[in-house]
Order: sequence, then C-alpha cells, then structure tokens
Amino acid sequence: MISFILRRLASAVPTLFIVVTISFFMMRFAPGGPFNLERPLPPQTMENLNRAYGLDLPLWQQYLRYLGNVVQGDFGPSYVYRDNTVDQLIAMGLPYSIRLGMMALLVALIGGVAAGTYAALRQNSLTDLLVMSVSTVGVTVPNFVVGPVLTLIFAVLLAWLPAGGWGDGSLRFLILPTIALALPQLAVFARLMRGAMIEALHADHIRTVRAYGLPPRTVIVTHAMRAALLPIVSYLAPCAAALLTGSAVIESIFTIPGVGRYFVIGAINRDYTLVMGTVVLIAIFVIVFNLVVDLLYGLLDPRVRHE
Amino acid sequence: MMTSDSNTAVEAETVLTVRGLKVRFDTPDGPIEAVKGVDLDVKAGETLAVVGESGSGKSQTMMAIMGLLAANGRATGSALYRGREMIGLPMKALNTIRGEKITMIFQEPMTSLDPLYPIGRQIAEPIRHHRGGTAAAARARVLELLELVGIPEPTRRIDSYPHELSGGQRQRAMIAMALANEPDILIADEPTTALDVTIQAQILTLLQSLQKRFGMAVVLITHDLGVVRHVADRVVVMRRGEVVERGRTADVFARPKADYTRMLIEAEPSGEKAPPAPDEPVLLEGRKLRVDYSTGGGFLKKAGLFTAVHGADIRLRQGQTIGLVGESGSGKSTLGRALLKLTPSSGTVLFNGRDISDFDRKAMRPLRRDMQLVFQDPFGSLSPRQTVGEIITEGLYVHEPQLSKAERDARAVAALHEVGLDPSARNRYPHEFSGGQRQRIAIARAIILKPRLVVLDEPTSALDRSVQGQVIELLRGLQKSHGLSYLFISHDLSVIRAMADYVIVMQAGRIVEEGETAGLFDHPCEAYTKALLSAAYSR
Repeated sequence: MISFILRRLASAVPTLFIVVTISFFMMRFAPGGPFNLERPLPPQTMENLNRAYGLDLPLWQQYLRYLGNVVQGDFGPSYVYRDNTVDQLIAMGLPYSIRLGMMALLVALIGGVAAGTYAALRQNSLTDLLVMSVSTVGVTVPNFVVGPVLTLIFAVLLAWLPAGGWGDGSLRFLILPTIALALPQLAVFARLMRGAMIEALHADHIRTVRAYGLPPRTVIVTHAMRAALLPIVSYLAPCAAALLTGSAVIESIFTIPGVGRYFVIGAINRDYTLVMGTVVLIAIFVIVFNLVVDLLYGLLDPRVRHE
Repeated sequence: MMTSDSNTAVEAETVLTVRGLKVRFDTPDGPIEAVKGVDLDVKAGETLAVVGESGSGKSQTMMAIMGLLAANGRATGSALYRGREMIGLPMKALNTIRGEKITMIFQEPMTSLDPLYPIGRQIAEPIRHHRGGTAAAARARVLELLELVGIPEPTRRIDSYPHELSGGQRQRAMIAMALANEPDILIADEPTTALDVTIQAQILTLLQSLQKRFGMAVVLITHDLGVVRHVADRVVVMRRGEVVERGRTADVFARPKADYTRMLIEAEPSGEKAPPAPDEPVLLEGRKLRVDYSTGGGFLKKAGLFTAVHGADIRLRQGQTIGLVGESGSGKSTLGRALLKLTPSSGTVLFNGRDISDFDRKAMRPLRRDMQLVFQDPFGSLSPRQTVGEIITEGLYVHEPQLSKAERDARAVAALHEVGLDPSARNRYPHEFSGGQRQRIAIARAIILKPRLVVLDEPTSALDRSVQGQVIELLRGLQKSHGLSYLFISHDLSVIRAMADYVIVMQAGRIVEEGETAGLFDHPCEAYTKALLSAAYSR
C-alpha cells in the first residue's frame, strides 16, 4: 500500500515535468506579452521591464530558470499583480476555490447518485425518462449559460440570492455558483449511476441474494449499489478536473476571488507566471485526485486491492 | 437434524406440487411462451432431475417458482410448497420461503457470489435474516458449514473473497449458503456445468452425502444425462417448454417412451477412429515447445513469468486426429496456438517438413491456408456485421485473390453444402442461426480454403448434446473426404474418444500421458489420467 502510493507519486514527477514544459512553450508562442498594453510603453521602459523579469534572455534559458524555480516551489512574481508573487496569489485564492469545488463535488455526487439510482429502479418509467431528459440538458448546456440564467432568475427577477461576490462567505453567496458548477457533473453522475445500477441489478449475484429471500434494502443498498458505485468512483478524478477548469468560468461570472479567476485574468493579460502557476496547481490536483480514486477503488473492490 | 420423519416412509410426502405452470416473456418481437403448462411433484428427500437442452424451459420453470423471472416475464398456474401457493405471492411472504425452506445454487459459481464481500459474510446473510441471532453466532455457524462442505482451512477461508477461491471451492461455498437454514428443497441449476470433470464429480458426491445427512429434496436442473443417471431418483424430461417424459431414472434410461428422450440418450458420442497408416507423412511437429507469459509488471514494478506450456513434443501425421485433453488451465489451447505460431513460443515447429519456428507473420501468411482454426464459442467467433457469405469467403481474398466474384460465390455455395447448410444462408447474418448452425458456418470458413490441418479448440463444448453429435459426424465426414488432419482440443473425454485416434493428456502445462485412444482409455497409466477418466465415466 505505502509502496503503491510512493510509486504513484514518483510517476507523477515526469507527468508534471511534461505539463510544465508544454504549457511553458505554448504560452510563449501565443502572440503578445505581459507588457503589451493598449497604449504601448516607451521602448526604454519596455526594455527595462523585460530585463527586470528576465524576458530578454533566450527562451531556453528562461525555461531552465523557470524549471529551477518551480522545483523549489517558487512560481515567480506575477506580471499583472506587480505587488504579489504567484505563490501569494494562489495562497489567497485557493481557499475560495477549494470551498466552492468541494461543495460542487458533494452536490454533484449526492444528487447524481440519488437521481441515477432512482431512475434505475424505475427503469423505462416516466420518472426515469424525466431524470434522463433533465440530465441530458445538464450535460449539453455549458456552465457559462447556466450561470447567467440562474443569476437572472434567482438574483435579478426573484431577488432571493446575491448575484455574485463572496460576501461574508455565507451559504447565500455560494448557492448559485455551486449549482452552476455542479450541474453538468451531477448530470454525468446521474447517467453513469443509472447505467451501472441497471447492470448491477441484472448481475447473477443479485439473483442469488434475491433467491435467498433477503429484503429489497439489502439487495439494493448492500449489493447492487456498492457494485454500481465503482464506475462512479472512477469518474471522480475526471470530474475533479472538470470542476477545476469549470471554476475558472464560474468564478469569473460570479466574481469570486478564487484561483480560477486568476487563471482567466492571467491568460488574458499574458501573465506568464500566473498562468503557469495555476496550470501546475491544477495538474497536481488531478494527479492527487487520481491517486485518491485508485486507493478508494481498492477499498471498494477487493479484486484490485493494492498489495 | 431431519426435517420430518416421513423421509423414512416408503411413500414420502410431496413438498412441492407444480400444476399447469406457464411462463411468458414479453419481448419486442411479441410474447414468447417459455414454459407451456408444466406439472411436477417433488417428494421429500428425493432427487428429481429436470433434463432438457437449452431453450427447454427447465431453468425458467424453477425461476418462476422462486419469483426470479426477469422483469418482462410472467408466471401463471400453481406451485404449492407444502400447501402454500408460491405463484403470485407478494415478495415479503415469498421471502419467508426462499432462502429458508427452498434454496438454490447456480451454474456460475464465480458470478453467483458477490465479488465485493467475503464469502463468510455472504453465507451469514441469509442465516441472520431468516433466523436472527448475533453476528458471532452466525459466524460460528458459517465455520461449521464451510467445514461440512469440505473447504480447507475454513477459519482462513471464511474471510476470503470469491476471486480468491477456485471454481470448485466457490461452488462449495454456494452449497454452504444453500444448506445454512436446513432447507426442505435445494434447487441446483446446472451446478457442475462450469466446472472441470474431476471437480464435477467431487461436487456431486458432496451434494449426495449432504442430501442424505439433511434429508432435503434436491431438484437438479441439467442437460447432462451422465449426471442424471448417476444421482437422480426420478427424471422429468423437458422440451420446448413442455414435459415430454417422466418416470424413475432407471426406467427412463432403460425404456425411454418419448422419441426425444431416446434421441437424447443416444446422442452420447459413439464410434471410434482408426489410426492412419504408419507410412503417412508427418504433417505437423512440435519439439520442446515452451510458452511463457509475463504477468503483471508495470511502472517501477517487476513482471512475473508464468509458463503455460513446459517443453511439449507432439507429432501429427496426415489424416490423423490427435485429441488434446486437459482441464482448464492445463495449457492445451496454448499448445494448439503455439503450433500454429499464433502465440510466441520457444522450441521447434515443423510443418510439412519445413522448420517454421522463426517465421514471422508475413512468412506465415502463405502457410495459413493449410492450417485453419475453429473456436469454441460459435457466437463470439463470427462477426455480427458480416453476412455468412462474407465471413466464409474472406480467406479467399487473401489466399486466392485471382478468383472472380462468381467463382468465390460458387466456392461459398460448395462449402455450405459440405457442412450441411442451405446455400441461401450466405446472404444472412450469424445471429439468425442457432449455435450448431453457427459452428457449421465456422467450419465452412475453415474448409473453404481446402486446408490440410484444422485445429479444433473445444468445437462442441458450447453445443447441446444432440447438436454435438451432428457436428462430430460432420467433422468425421470432412476428414474422410479431404484427408484432413485434426488437432482436437477438448475437456470432454467422450467426444475425444469418438473423434481421436491418439490422445495426449495435459496437466499444468505438461504432457502427463499419451497413447492410442483405445489403449489409453482402457489402461491409463498415470494417476491423473485415471482420475480424469473415472470422474467422467463413473456416472
């Protein structure tokens, strides 16, 4: 088990290296730069700025320098928020993003599993059809549409909830962004769960427990649902990645000062270091989540337990 | 421990009375009558065999009684358990009978147990549900049961997961579960079909001894007449949803009344094959063939090595049939594939006197038309998206590309004729055919190229006995008319005896015994061969 975790963490190093390399060069090949403002700076100022941030060096030197800093956990200074380093910005934004992401994950997971199970137990009924239709809408409508529509209905027309911002961080401010962020994932979970549950209910070993007169609760919860949860657990990692990237959009729409918002601002302003920092952060999250999922999977399914 | 004293009486009490039972499935193509009015009685303590081929409705009859039909199935008629009607009984009431008074074991001991829970927990579940009591008491009872069904080291095995047990042990665990509440009736649905012959015999013996001890009735659903003859007191023969014959086992076997029963009994493969003349040339030879598989392995992890075949020698002459016998995992299929160079191996392979050991795929291609392969599963081995004509002529595109469309079609017609199918079949798709017909299609695909060697990998194992006999006849006829050489891989000794003139017995990747068929069957030398033969023929 410990050796499994260590091996997985060791294999994360080359993955991160590739992520850093690709995003570094992709970012640099995009036209423009951090100091190309609407009103061009005087050439002398530009030159000074470039020298100060090391942007006058050959690209490969900049790359090696950046790599060296990242290894030490230093993502460098931000080009846009000149008073802050990227590390500081991430430290400020991360708590907001984590809270929003965890809430959305919980809503999507619990809502999706419940809706999927409900639909599977009434396969081909009207409720089943309804749940599936709604979840199709949930999957297809992008969150930059869901967000403003929710705001329009609940904040502007009904005026029940605030339209944006974090406020005092109370639940009122979190409801709309959580729903907008969770909805597509909730829909995916519902569809996955329904399919897995229908398959599980047809399994031979479910026939066995029914043949032994065990009550429906045991049949469904103890035996069928546990088997059906396996694909759900495997989807947790891609879901976490989707929530992270989705939060960039949602945080911008609802003006939440999270990491996702810095990512968007950084990308628009060619804030190289800020974008790189958030990309590496997301990559680390995805890797860690994948590891957690594999451990969880082993816990649920004895056949893949890690020695 | 006995459920009732009446077991000892001459005329035992009837515990299950089935009258006019019908089962109907609603399908998109209209309703299907799977069971059309079945009557049967199960007496306390007896073994009743319900016999039939696939589609006879034998399993669905029992599923209907147990309330286990698929969602689109409906049962009508009557099934009285000690005077209590079970058909249409609400689930709550039904659950006081199933698992308590009537229990079941199934064909697939792997999939019939939940892979996610230890077996001990699964066996304890019905005990605690029906009898109550503490977890500790249930666990003690499970240990007792595991001991009873002969699972080694029960204290350790109680916490094992199904995948950690062998097929035989899993079926033993299922039996332990079935016995837990000392039922009146145990329904065994093809309990040994998925097991190796030596294990089959052990499970049947176990069932019989437990039946004596607990005094329960056993309803044995099976297609295997050998099993029936050996263990059943009475037989019910079913065909197409109806009972065609019933009676005491000895009477039915000695004087079958229905034509269908007679056909089933006579469908046991018979006949034998004369060895080829000693001067026939050797067509295929393997010397010190060895096949290794690497297991596991991955990033920063060392791979293991598993040897599937340990240095096997084999010589197949023109017109000869070698039967390759062994239980699952013995390496018999792997050896067959290694001889055809379909799996990497070390050692020497000679085909027609030529050393082909180092041939790569490209070098092998011209030789492929002479060496064909027929698989076990006639459902998985034919592409569902090609017509039968496309399937059987595909090889001609590679090996005889000069043929015109009309010539190819003529060859297809001829091949289908040879395997006893109507040539119009070539415009239809595989799913329109039965298992036996599909296997004929697979054979047509092999012989259309006029090969010299055909490797038959369990070609009859997925078929009903009556169909099996026809396929064996077909293969024999083709061998005679084309002078084919067969490598016949099977776990079924009666089929091997009828088909092969030479037999090789494999165990755990090694050849343990070989010889001419009659000699080997009559005077086996090795203990393993003896065990295999006695398991297969003692019943």
